[in-house]
Amino acid sequence: MTHSYIDDIVVYGPGFMAAAWLVLWLTVVTIIVSWIFGLAAALAQRSDWIWVRGLAAFYVWFIRGTPALIQIFIVYFGLPQVGIRLSPFSAGVIALGINSGAYVAEIIRAGLSAIHKGQMESSFALGFSRAQTMRTIILPQVLRIILPAITNEAISTLKNTSLLSTITVVELTLYAQTLISATFRPFDFYIAVAVIYLVLTTLLTQLANWLERRYARLS
Amino acid sequence: MISAPAPLLRLNGIRKSFGALEVLKGISLDVDQGEVVSIIGASGSGKSTFLRTINAMELPQAGSIDFGNFSFDWSARAGRRPTAQQLQKLRTEIGMVFQSFNLWPHMTVLQNVIHGPVMLRKMKKADAINDADALLDRIGLLEKRDAYPAKLSGGQQQRVAIARALAMKPKLMLFDEVTSALDPELVQEVLTLMASLAAEGMTMLLVTHEIAFARDVSDRVLFFDQGVIAEQGRPDQVLRNPDSPRLRQFLHRILHNDTLREADR
Repeated sequence: MTHSYIDDIVVYGPGFMAAAWLVLWLTVVTIIVSWIFGLAAALAQRSDWIWVRGLAAFYVWFIRGTPALIQIFIVYFGLPQVGIRLSPFSAGVIALGINSGAYVAEIIRAGLSAIHKGQMESSFALGFSRAQTMRTIILPQVLRIILPAITNEAISTLKNTSLLSTITVVELTLYAQTLISATFRPFDFYIAVAVIYLVLTTLLTQLANWLERRYARLS
Repeated sequence: MISAPAPLLRLNGIRKSFGALEVLKGISLDVDQGEVVSIIGASGSGKSTFLRTINAMELPQAGSIDFGNFSFDWSARAGRRPTAQQLQKLRTEIGMVFQSFNLWPHMTVLQNVIHGPVMLRKMKKADAINDADALLDRIGLLEKRDAYPAKLSGGQQQRVAIARALAMKPKLMLFDEVTSALDPELVQEVLTLMASLAAEGMTMLLVTHEIAFARDVSDRVLFFDQGVIAEQGRPDQVLRNPDSPRLRQFLHRILHNDTLREADR
């Protein structure tokens, strides 16, 4: 039995494209959620209040110590038991965002500790508030430092969206599985999925490289 | 009858401890408008900590400060104890320059200078840039306005740091060992700028190891020893005829080192 791969592209291509778009969309939303959680947790770890620091430490400890798949199941299958029902998409980006946020928090924390304390001092001495100092002096510098690490994390996030196939989000992996159960061609379709992930992660890396070069030129 | 004008800055009974270590043991000081006060003393004598309590970069545990419209009492439980907003306001009127420049590396020289006026004084950007250009011209670095700090020498960076503080139009300038981190050949350009500020009537407090500069430029010299002002007066009197043996020792040690450094060159 032979296949024309050209025909395959015509038949399955649009479906894969749609699934790939969904992966990108999931990734972008998840990254936004993860940065919000990550930044909040990183700043919380420097709070004056011990319970705020404790909460942030617990968050990072819990997330990094449990599998992402279990976290996804807790949000999608677990929360309905206490009355919180989320769509697969929402549950997916929330679970993955919270998961990635813990790693982002650690990245930001390391970036913050790389900034000389004199940077904050000179800002305070001019009369800037803590929030103004963070926003205009510290975080722009941190962003430059953490760009490579944050790119790695974004790539992980993109790949982790495949876990959402387990909660009925029809992204690339689940889409391929549906086709496989109809066609019995697991090798072809899993390879196709791998290639598409590879294209997406490569694009993401290129984007990050471009950003890094741009920033390097600035300083 | 003309009564003596009130001092620009009045500090009373400033105390500061780090844990069990009492660094400032109740320091009082009046500084008049236009006065230049140099603070000398061995490291650990509390002089830098004292300077940093003036703009509340270090918070004292006791004492009071009067400066312009600000009147704070650090000892009080409530009432005159300043809020965070009041401290920020106070700091916009007191310029401070540090040993390690602390320019912001992600901003150009110009951006460093206008950031405060634009964000804190709510100046129009065009006006802030005009002012900044005039300042940069004055410190001789106008052609570096679009350079990033990393491209500047230490002396140039420190002059930009001074310009950044001046851009806020402060009523008082604090200099915390601003030449200590500089290569010897870069010290002079910074001192020259500071001397010209002093000549223009800027009120200045400086912690310094540059004894010759303190002698030539200041109206008054304070010698800090173990958390108190051990001796103070006109520079010629304090530096040429010190009363206390500890100041004599200190000057001997420092001047001796300077002589060695001269001999090195």
